[in-house]
Amino acid sequence: MKPLTSVLQTTAFALKVVIILSIAGAAISSRLFSVIRFESIIHEFDPWFNYRATKYLVENNFNDFLNWFDDRTWYPLGRVTGGTLYPGLMVTSGAIWHVLRKLSMPIDIRNICVLLAPAFSALTAYATYLFTSELKDSGAGLLAAALIAIAPGYISRSVAGSYDNEAIAITLLMTTFYLWIKACKLGSIFWSALSALCYFYMVAAWGGYVFITNLIPLHIFVLILMGRYSAKLYVAYTTWYALGTLASMQIPFVGFLPIRSNDHMAALGVFGLIQLVAFGNYVKSSTSSKQFKTFLTVSLVLIIALGVSGLFALTAAGLIAPWTGRFYSLWDTGYAKLHIPIIASVSEHQPTAWPAFFFDTQFLIWLFPAGIYLLFQDLANEHVFVIIYSVLCSYFAGVMIRLMLVLTPVICVCGAIAISKLFDVYLNLRELAATSEETRKDRIFQLLSRMIVIMSFGFYLCFFVYHCTWVSSTAYSSPSVVLASRNPDGSQAIIDDYREAYYWLRMNSPEDAKIMAWWDYGYQIGGMADRTTLVDNNTWNNTHIATVGKAMSSPEDKAYEILVNHDVDYVLVIFGGLLGYSGDDINKFLWMVRISEGIWPEDISERSFFTARGEYKVDDQASQTMQNSLMYKLSYYRYHEVFGMQAATDRVRNQVIPKKDIELDSLEEVFTSENWIVRVYQVKKGDNAGRNLQEAGSFERKAKGGRNRSAKKPEVGLREL
Amino acid sequence: MAKVKKSVNADPDPVIKITPVKTSAAAAVTTTSVVSFTQTLQKTLEAYKSSLTPKFALIDIFLGFLVALGALQFVFCCLVGNFPFNAFLGGFISTVGQFVLTVSLRLQFDDENRVAIWKGQGKEMKWRAMGDYIFASLVLHFIVYHFIN
Repeated sequence: MKPLTSVLQTTAFALKVVIILSIAGAAISSRLFSVIRFESIIHEFDPWFNYRATKYLVENNFNDFLNWFDDRTWYPLGRVTGGTLYPGLMVTSGAIWHVLRKLSMPIDIRNICVLLAPAFSALTAYATYLFTSELKDSGAGLLAAALIAIAPGYISRSVAGSYDNEAIAITLLMTTFYLWIKACKLGSIFWSALSALCYFYMVAAWGGYVFITNLIPLHIFVLILMGRYSAKLYVAYTTWYALGTLASMQIPFVGFLPIRSNDHMAALGVFGLIQLVAFGNYVKSSTSSKQFKTFLTVSLVLIIALGVSGLFALTAAGLIAPWTGRFYSLWDTGYAKLHIPIIASVSEHQPTAWPAFFFDTQFLIWLFPAGIYLLFQDLANEHVFVIIYSVLCSYFAGVMIRLMLVLTPVICVCGAIAISKLFDVYLNLRELAATSEETRKDRIFQLLSRMIVIMSFGFYLCFFVYHCTWVSSTAYSSPSVVLASRNPDGSQAIIDDYREAYYWLRMNSPEDAKIMAWWDYGYQIGGMADRTTLVDNNTWNNTHIATVGKAMSSPEDKAYEILVNHDVDYVLVIFGGLLGYSGDDINKFLWMVRISEGIWPEDISERSFFTARGEYKVDDQASQTMQNSLMYKLSYYRYHEVFGMQAATDRVRNQVIPKKDIELDSLEEVFTSENWIVRVYQVKKGDNAGRNLQEAGSFERKAKGGRNRSAKKPEVGLREL
Repeated sequence: MAKVKKSVNADPDPVIKITPVKTSAAAAVTTTSVVSFTQTLQKTLEAYKSSLTPKFALIDIFLGFLVALGALQFVFCCLVGNFPFNAFLGGFISTVGQFVLTVSLRLQFDDENRVAIWKGQGKEMKWRAMGDYIFASLVLHFIVYHFIN
């Protein structure tokens, strides 16, 4: 009998390895749609910065990278880039690049960056397997790994080319949680130290590390409240906190935050608390329970009073920074809109719409509560952890759409636990065989009911695969730098306006040209056109962004002053009216107005950009302020010429643009891309004759318009001179 | 054993350190609770003394030393100023970190704990705990070294 079990074990092990490998393969290959469909290209906005930073890291050394002062962004301020980024991602791909080169496999850094996210998603699947195996068994683990590998909620941030911090952060998140649960279970300093190191890596990689910083203390706190304190928890938590906090302070961007900001105070508080609880436990073990009770109440009241008043005093004294705006906006969804329009203006900070939950996790969304219920049935320490994680994250994911990403792993884990439990019960044929004494009819019904359940869930699982593939291929695989659309005959058309325009800038503008565009395009201009920008997606300086917003929303003469003051050479606007591309600047325009209104309420007012009836219009009913604003002029300049001087239609807003000519005096159009998505204007540098540009412009127009009449004029005046 | 007793007196163990603060404030509540409060502490202290072995005494002296060192750094920082803040933090956190690590080690060395909580037996578990402790201490001091510059 013994050889048989060992053979079975070996087979099971081999099967597991094969399954995990194929899951990894599935995870990677389902993220390659964009590479196959377009090319190996960096996506969207933030990845372009990460890519540029990585290139800098590879070309220079690590120290240069940490001390990098970037004078090509945020002109004229510059940015202390090395101290204001999370270096984890760049260092990871830099390290991979170096290792591969040592192995004599020189691979272009761009390809490493593009394929980093899919590679790490395979690791995430493995980490999830380990995590879920700790919660239930390896069967559930494999299922969870398979689910997370293809869940659209995670794919949305980890397709090939979306080279963003989240790409490695989720892997690290799951690994940290796995190590933490292991540390809790074993009460081992070693595992806890590993968890702290992984936490450090996470801090280096993503700002979302604050989630772990608060989740783990909360776990401990809840366990203490449940009366589950044990020496194991003390060992795990204190080691994790001491090492993790110290390590996290090594990242320049984080600096002294872990002891200064309120976001991190919960962890410190629990650290203090667990010391006291440990002491209390020791006292308890050596005295009677009645004496201990009075001891406990007296000391508890004292400590809580001391702690809370201390926290308030320190915050009031300015030693601890109050909670940050992003934190407030998590609790009060209206907060950002009122106080920090720049945060509210980012689409990924918007509250999640309900269909998004189903879209991103499909049938797991309704298995998720079932999984939680099953966890409540066991309710060991690690199950408490998952429950807290899921409760917190469900809330956060509802508030901010980008936090769907953090929720997806726990949904997959809970869903996998539910399905695996179901399979445990319904695939258990031993029970069926045992009831041999009962009638045959009963057995058939039993078999039938089992078959129905198993088959329906088998169908759900298969359908899930179809759904995930469909979602990741249609929704999440667009690089957004290159757009895809369909020709009337159904064939695919690639719209490559962005790169066309950026390449034009790279080739035709002087190397030190300063380009003003809305901050969304800052990273792309830096990455693809390699030109200096005024603002970019880092958004660290709200006033500077508001300045750009003001320039865009002011009338031309006022805007020109701002442009000249900031040495702007080119202005770049995104215009989707011709193509019906809705993510253009006119649609973002209200945010520009709002952000600049926050700084200069006396110059800009949002109301004046609406029509009298309060509508946002660009046709002939558009308000005068709207029609005079620089953004409006730059977007629709010469637009009706495309329509053969007929009434021009804006296909995004479905409105007819007034026919009158838009006159530009201080800027001239230098480039408009094939589908008019990107329009580049050059700022004129003063007039040769010393007039101001308005006068010069109106003179020219008069000269042009009056040519017929002037032909008759004798040119005597000139001769006389 | 004489050495052990001396160490307990000299040892500013957290057990003893916290006492004055708590008792003084507790006096405001009721006198009865104060009595039982001090009684509890006395009992604990007795239990502690009776369970002390030379090995634990050594660990406790080390703990006391760490607390003293941390307190000293804190006082120094308050008096002189915290100019190289990371140096102060590094020094302070190294004592705190070493303290909690040592307490963790002590918890795992305790025979009762080991059987009841860790379900481990004998020397093997002790050696593993010791190895873990050394590993974590090395990590801690490496980071501190890096932090201090």
